[in-house]
Amino acid sequence: MRVLLFGIAKDIAGTPAITTTAVADVAALKEWLYTQYPALRQLRSLMIAVNKVYANDEQSLLPGDEIAVIPPVSGG
Amino acid sequence: MNVLVKIAADINVQEALNFVESPDCGGVVLFVGNVRNETQGRKVVKLFFECYEPMAIAEMEKIAQHTIATMGISRIAILHITGEKFPGETVVVIAAAAPHRGVAFEACEYAIDTLKQTVPIWKKEFFEDGAIWVAAHP
Repeated sequence: MRVLLFGIAKDIAGTPAITTTAVADVAALKEWLYTQYPALRQLRSLMIAVNKVYANDEQSLLPGDEIAVIPPVSGG
Repeated sequence: MNVLVKIAADINVQEALNFVESPDCGGVVLFVGNVRNETQGRKVVKLFFECYEPMAIAEMEKIAQHTIATMGISRIAILHITGEKFPGETVVVIAAAAPHRGVAFEACEYAIDTLKQTVPIWKKEFFEDGAIWVAAHP
């Protein structure tokens, strides 16, 4: 699955987009991300957006979903 | 339409005011956020803003629609920049218009507070001796 990265998450991964192994839901994606990029665990929060909407850990991920890693936001 | 949301390299206070002003609105409240030249005593050289634009627009739209639907204002504009900005330059503008001023103040404050919590925009602060993504770490 293709996953978009922003802000500090992009810096940690060193790329604006990654491809993950198949993951069933948001919780599994987070675990995969934490294993690949342990520095993500140090962040104040880590949200996942699915199709441009914040998703909870139980949400299933389907082929074709637009998935994004949202580190702590700091607009304004 | 009574809502304007926009992300661009440059934004303009007058554009927000022009959008919300209307003969039925006696109160217009404007919030302007500019780059500050220091953070906790460290001189800030510049800020860099990155956004997940389609989602940021959707979240800004949600904020705007909430103020219209539940807070009693008539029109609102929320503008945010992306890219590089220097001290004194404007990064966010919110204008809210209502028949009377009270709800316009409340809506403006709600909009900027919520934007800072939910809209996927990230700010990197550049000092003379390094840079950090703001609020990334506890």
